[in-house]
Amino acid sequence: MSGHSTYEPKYAAERWLDKRLPIVRFGVDFMGFPSPRNLNYWYAFGGILTLCLMAQIITGIILAMHYTPDVDLAFDSIQRIKRDVPFGWLLQPMHAVGASMFFLAVYIHMFRGMFYGSYKNPRELLWIIGCLIYLAMMATGFLGYTLPWGQMSFWGATVITGFFGAIPVVGESLQQWLLGGYSIGNPTLQRFFSLHYLLPFIICALVGLHVWAVHHVGQNNPIGIEPKSKSDTLPFHPFYTMKDAFAIAVFLLIFALFVFYLPDALGHADNYQRANPLVTPPHIVPEWYFLPFYAILRAVPDKLMGIMLMFGAIGVLFVLPWLDTAKVRSMRFRPITRWFFIIFLVMGFILGWCGANSPDDIAIPIGEHGMSFKWLSRIATLYYFAYFFPILPIMGWIEKTKPLPESITKAVLSGDA
Amino acid sequence: MSDTDKFDEHGSENGEPSRRDFIYIATAATAAVGAGAFAWPLVTQMSAAADTRAAGSIEIDLAKVSEGQQIKVLWRGKPVFVRYRTQEEIDAADAVDVANLRDPQSDDDRFVPNLSGVIDKRLLVMVGVCTHFGCIPVGEQGKIDPMGAFGGWYCPCHGSHYDTSGRIRQGPAPTNLPIPEYTYISDTVIKVG
Repeated sequence: MSGHSTYEPKYAAERWLDKRLPIVRFGVDFMGFPSPRNLNYWYAFGGILTLCLMAQIITGIILAMHYTPDVDLAFDSIQRIKRDVPFGWLLQPMHAVGASMFFLAVYIHMFRGMFYGSYKNPRELLWIIGCLIYLAMMATGFLGYTLPWGQMSFWGATVITGFFGAIPVVGESLQQWLLGGYSIGNPTLQRFFSLHYLLPFIICALVGLHVWAVHHVGQNNPIGIEPKSKSDTLPFHPFYTMKDAFAIAVFLLIFALFVFYLPDALGHADNYQRANPLVTPPHIVPEWYFLPFYAILRAVPDKLMGIMLMFGAIGVLFVLPWLDTAKVRSMRFRPITRWFFIIFLVMGFILGWCGANSPDDIAIPIGEHGMSFKWLSRIATLYYFAYFFPILPIMGWIEKTKPLPESITKAVLSGDA
Repeated sequence: MSDTDKFDEHGSENGEPSRRDFIYIATAATAAVGAGAFAWPLVTQMSAAADTRAAGSIEIDLAKVSEGQQIKVLWRGKPVFVRYRTQEEIDAADAVDVANLRDPQSDDDRFVPNLSGVIDKRLLVMVGVCTHFGCIPVGEQGKIDPMGAFGGWYCPCHGSHYDTSGRIRQGPAPTNLPIPEYTYISDTVIKVG
């Protein structure tokens, strides 16, 4: 959708620059990018996520100036940042809470894409690059959580790196290679710090590809039909810069609420204890944004099978564009599938709830003994995968979709967009 | 026919490989070997360093443990459990039908003979790391509950139960708690690793 350039340099200096490096032209065309006129607030999360990435990189670079990646000093250096470094009390929680806000925004962004069918032709690659960003975010989040070297940091890292030990034949040597020793120790902490610093820049590069791809194929929109005429679109600036700015302001209010009033609400109290390789906390849980996958991991009694299911739960997202066989993009016109989608969303929350609890505790007191979290997570895991296969492929063939509007303009003017 | 017509786009004459083809292949092959040779140290640097591997063995004085007690000693960053088992615990471990176990192993197989060639079934030495995902099982007091349904150890992470011999009985862990490599160097001192 890269239309004609609308930039006309007015002054001699602008013309001089434009002839040698058309950077202003690039910026003007970039911001004037024609966007569907019916985008709602769910489309503001791209902008919000850009802000999150910038905030994490800026606060992260500053924290690295004060942090010491050494098993004997790491825990204290974080406490020193919080207590003694000027404005450390602000910057450390901004980074820690920022990670949670980043994941909150990315989950909304992904579910938005799934609801409006934004992964369908010609946006498959846009979606896949997004999945890669999500994967890199998960790795970065995990590596970052080990750095404070508290009990949850240590044991979370032990459990996650234990996944690699489950791989047949090469597992044990692979695990030792990753850890740099027989168990998690100083070499592990140092390499995790190095990689935690590296990955955000890889995310930046992927975001560049993601934005390039969206500018090439154009944004999807809530009714999922392509813009056909000039009246179907609006220039990104000032229309969507203003809309995004308002959404960002609301998002920052929630962000600030956590940073200033609930900085530890999304973390875990055990991480205020120094890492101790001799004592496992009674209840290891990952950060909230990994809970659904943790529940899938624990849903099966077999170690290798659990890991394969957990990675499969992320891997299936990559092939989603080819599993959903429907021609119609937006769930607005898919009266039955939209309910399957809503159940999928609910199951995601249920998996998160299961992940936060002990597998053998009772979740729902029904029947003689009640249903344990283990069984609840089994049901939710089954649905999670069933949504991708066979529900989506079958619904694409059998569902009778509602008639699509003729154009975005007509839909907007009749109030259906 | 002009001079250039004799050559196709790859510079080869009459379909035969030319000297230029040879130079291309030789250059690419040399670059590939060079890249591989340079990648090796980049990858291998992550393995355990020499000092880490050197610190791999310790001595434990078993005389410090009294009946019903358990000590934890750090070895290679992981705890080694030394449990002085009571007679009931030994009997419970012997009473198990080995054939029904997930990781079949008799209680006797989980010991190393001392200097006089005798197995002392009271002193159980094993690596206290759950074989599921590496948490430390609880069970220092040997209570039946909540230390696991089999009177041994219980892993709080994902609910694996081990019996009084450290064998997996219930839950997701695939194998028994491992017995480290160790030898008796005197009547009461063992060397682990």
